[in-house]
Amino acid sequence: MPASIHAPASGSPTRADGRASYQRARRRASVQALLLALPLIVFLLSTFIAPIALLLARSVENKEVPDSMPALTRALDAWDGRGVPDERMFALLASGLKDAQQSGQLGTVARRLNFAQPEFRSLLMRTARSVRDETPAAWKPALIEMDERWNSPETWRVLKRAAATPTPDYLLAAVDAQVTPQGNLAFVPDNSSVYRQAFLRTISISASVTLLCLVLGYPVAWLLANLPAQSSNRLMLFVIVPFWTSLLVRTTAWYVLLQPGGVINGLLAGLGLATHPVPLIFNRTGVLIGMTHVLLPYMILAIYSVMKGVSPVYVRAAQSLGAHPFTAFVRVYIPQTLPGVGAGCFLVFVLALGYYITPALLGGAGDEMISQLIALQTNTQLNWGLAGALSAYLVIFTAIFYFLFNRIVGIDRLRFG
Amino acid sequence: MTEQRNRVLTERIASRWVRVHTALVLFFLVAPILAIIPLSFNSGSYFSYPLQGFSLRWYEQALTSADWQRSLLNSVGIGAASTLIATGLGTLAALGLSRTQFPLRSVIMPIIISPMIVPIVVVAAGFYLIFAPLGLVNSYPGVILAHAALGTPFVVITVTASLLSFDQSLLRAASGLGAKPWTAFRRVTLPLITPAVATGSVFAFATSFDEVIVILFIGGPDQRTVPRQMWSGIRDSIDPSILAVATMLIVFAVLLFASINWLRGRAAAASRALV
Amino acid sequence: MRPQFKAQCAALAVLAFASISTQAAETLSVVTFGGAYEAAAKKAWFEPFTQATGVNFSTESYDGGLAKLSAMEQAKNTTWDLIDLETNDAITACDEGLLQKFDKKSIGKTSDFIPGSISDCAVASMVWSTVYAYDASKLKTAPTTVNDFFDLQKYPGKRGLRKSPKVSMEWALIADGVDPKDVYKVLGTPAGVDRAFKKLDTIKKNIVWWESGAQAPQLLADGAVVMVQAYNGRIDDAAKKDNKPFKAVWDAQVYDFEWWAIPTGAKHADTAAKFIVSQAQPKASADLSKYIAYAPPRKDAVALVDKQRLADMPTAPDNFKRAVQINANFWADNADQINKRFQVWLTQ
Repeated sequence: MPASIHAPASGSPTRADGRASYQRARRRASVQALLLALPLIVFLLSTFIAPIALLLARSVENKEVPDSMPALTRALDAWDGRGVPDERMFALLASGLKDAQQSGQLGTVARRLNFAQPEFRSLLMRTARSVRDETPAAWKPALIEMDERWNSPETWRVLKRAAATPTPDYLLAAVDAQVTPQGNLAFVPDNSSVYRQAFLRTISISASVTLLCLVLGYPVAWLLANLPAQSSNRLMLFVIVPFWTSLLVRTTAWYVLLQPGGVINGLLAGLGLATHPVPLIFNRTGVLIGMTHVLLPYMILAIYSVMKGVSPVYVRAAQSLGAHPFTAFVRVYIPQTLPGVGAGCFLVFVLALGYYITPALLGGAGDEMISQLIALQTNTQLNWGLAGALSAYLVIFTAIFYFLFNRIVGIDRLRFG
Repeated sequence: MTEQRNRVLTERIASRWVRVHTALVLFFLVAPILAIIPLSFNSGSYFSYPLQGFSLRWYEQALTSADWQRSLLNSVGIGAASTLIATGLGTLAALGLSRTQFPLRSVIMPIIISPMIVPIVVVAAGFYLIFAPLGLVNSYPGVILAHAALGTPFVVITVTASLLSFDQSLLRAASGLGAKPWTAFRRVTLPLITPAVATGSVFAFATSFDEVIVILFIGGPDQRTVPRQMWSGIRDSIDPSILAVATMLIVFAVLLFASINWLRGRAAAASRALV
Repeated sequence: MRPQFKAQCAALAVLAFASISTQAAETLSVVTFGGAYEAAAKKAWFEPFTQATGVNFSTESYDGGLAKLSAMEQAKNTTWDLIDLETNDAITACDEGLLQKFDKKSIGKTSDFIPGSISDCAVASMVWSTVYAYDASKLKTAPTTVNDFFDLQKYPGKRGLRKSPKVSMEWALIADGVDPKDVYKVLGTPAGVDRAFKKLDTIKKNIVWWESGAQAPQLLADGAVVMVQAYNGRIDDAAKKDNKPFKAVWDAQVYDFEWWAIPTGAKHADTAAKFIVSQAQPKASADLSKYIAYAPPRKDAVALVDKQRLADMPTAPDNFKRAVQINANFWADNADQINKRFQVWLTQ
């Protein structure tokens, strides 16, 4: 229903009356419009935004130890963190472990502590086993005798940090940083650093794919936009059919073709371009080829949709004013297509950042992108804290990118074909 | 004069180069998909050329296997249900968003577009976290809700675009002729935006049909869809029947494209008919 | 659409979904390592059990590890009734309370089981081994020892390895000169772990990593690797069933038991227990060997296996010369820290 301004039926309307009734009508129309979109907004907030918010919240949560061993947690909080604690703490540890085993949470706690220090799980399980069977007079000497790691301040420091909530440890670990025993921020030693490199690698791969798609796609979009409708439509088929083909099908196709004994290497050998099979799969090359192939249609379609609206009049005018065709193209045509280029680059880059399937199937161990590492944490390591932290950085980076691009290009005006 | 000839020459060379480049790129786009079609007729059980012989056994296995049949049923069922939800909510939202008085557009629009932008692994992990305690993991409702959320942006975008180019004077004319608002909507707006709604639905359906990561995270053995089965086929049990399925999916994609084209033709014809 | 038609469609849809999700008979949900092993288990155990009791099986596959099981237990929604595990996973899972206790007396006679093949929570189903395989039609001189796996001069080309430090660490040390009997002693020291990683570094650039058992013979068939570390049964299956010219090198084979266990909170725990009892009987146990080259864990069953087939087993004397039994307790205790280092090493 279009908003309409009804003039008051009787009396001579004052300006204030008119404005007031206009504003009322406008507000009513606003509310109506909002109400129409409300079901979707509520739906998305609960099924989409809330889950992501929950995941990101996990990056600072630290509930495993406090939930299963509350008394020990309180004591650790109060403890100053220096040296090895006293008998009371050891007794609380013993009873806490017993409780955790009863409530079935021991495995969870052991795994949580393992994230902080890889030997902790076996230490905790052994301790839990001996605690179950014995009841010594004093816990401190008994536990230290069972395993001397309990006599080390480092062990207790790790335990204290693992019981503190909220914790910055996951967010730090996601960029290979940590809090040292002295209390400073420092980077983790190089031989345990994985994530900074992974982020850089993800950005680098995404940027490369974007560049490749741009270079490959721009001329194609130009030709499609400037050919007569019939030929253009026929050629468009070659772009749309891959676009509609399942991602898995396309990635499988590359998996088959890029093998050392596969079609592409066969062609290269046959044309005399290669004497040994060229490694094209399980490495960066395979990932780039696969991702470019999948994302190229997005770039072509985005640029094409803008080029369609560019009138040839301007380039002709420039040429009639004396410009060389190349100059006219660069200085008159390309700027007009920039919104499409921007939209295409944005879309390809952001989609590439989140890719999982293609790098998982076509890449090697050194090509892992952030999505694969997040999936590793959620599916294999069950480290939701780290997964949440990695996701947080990824989402924040994507969001900043989105807002920047919206300023320049206006993503909400992007149409789909 | 020579300058003119130079220009024409430059244009011709550029034009030829563009054509060659385009031909190569389009070949690059299509060739891999075509290359696996002959492999689906391979009588051997591995993915490599050379072909060991012609055989339809993988098609037979795909079409008669209970696993593949169930995945097809699941894909179609989950796709249909999630598309229904996405279309309903999305069209409604588009009706609101297309109005100029829509408030807080810069806040709401990102929320609605976000399923297209946020990395799918983050989305899937989030779904798992929120659905697990609610018992929605390994269940149909969970997967359908998740896929509906992923499909709505497409419906919103296409229908909003259509509504933005919608001629409001038609509605004013209808109201001037005595139609109530709901009648005007039903008999003027709806028929004109139907092609856009249909296009958005097809996109939403395709998104659900092709989706595998969310299913990997929150789907159970009962909710296996076609892409999920294909993923297993490559990773777990190396089964060339996925190539037969892949070929069938390619044919399906071509048909889908044809239907979109037809719908777009209908939209153009409908708007022409009103002139 | 007319209202009645819409209602009918809706009803049909509900019925269709209902018929998929409910079964007339009971269904056991089983997860295994998939591929040829799952196919063999189906023929040797699942189908006979279904015929005898009417219980159906719904199978899933995974690549090992306890993540999914832990996640299910945390969510208090265990969908698996039976799980197929490696030894160190079985030990850890039992410790963490992820598996139900199993009453071994229900099996009947157990004195002929190989020592260590029945535990509190699990029963061994078979003996399997990790070997490496090559394509005999592509290599002129056949490799014979584990050192050949690391020899890029004599055998240039890529190597396939399981994306896990298990077995790779042992092979690295043995190829570096450690006696198989001392492998775990050396691996238990930080210097030993360093030594293993250094040896792996020598072939690192040539490694193609696989995660699921079926990928190993696939990599070999595709020509993506020249030698591949694999579960012996998958290679044997590829050689016999698909007529691929694959041969296994048994030197320094690392063998292990495979276990059946019932997850805590399984919905059909009693039926699952009945299944475990049935496949543990000598005849059923020996039947597996008909379909895949894995050996039964009990002597009475071994006696029932075809003599010729025994030669394909990890336990055959010819294959057993430098065999190493995986030290499951070592891995149960140390997998976490070695794995952490391994993950970092992978990406560098």
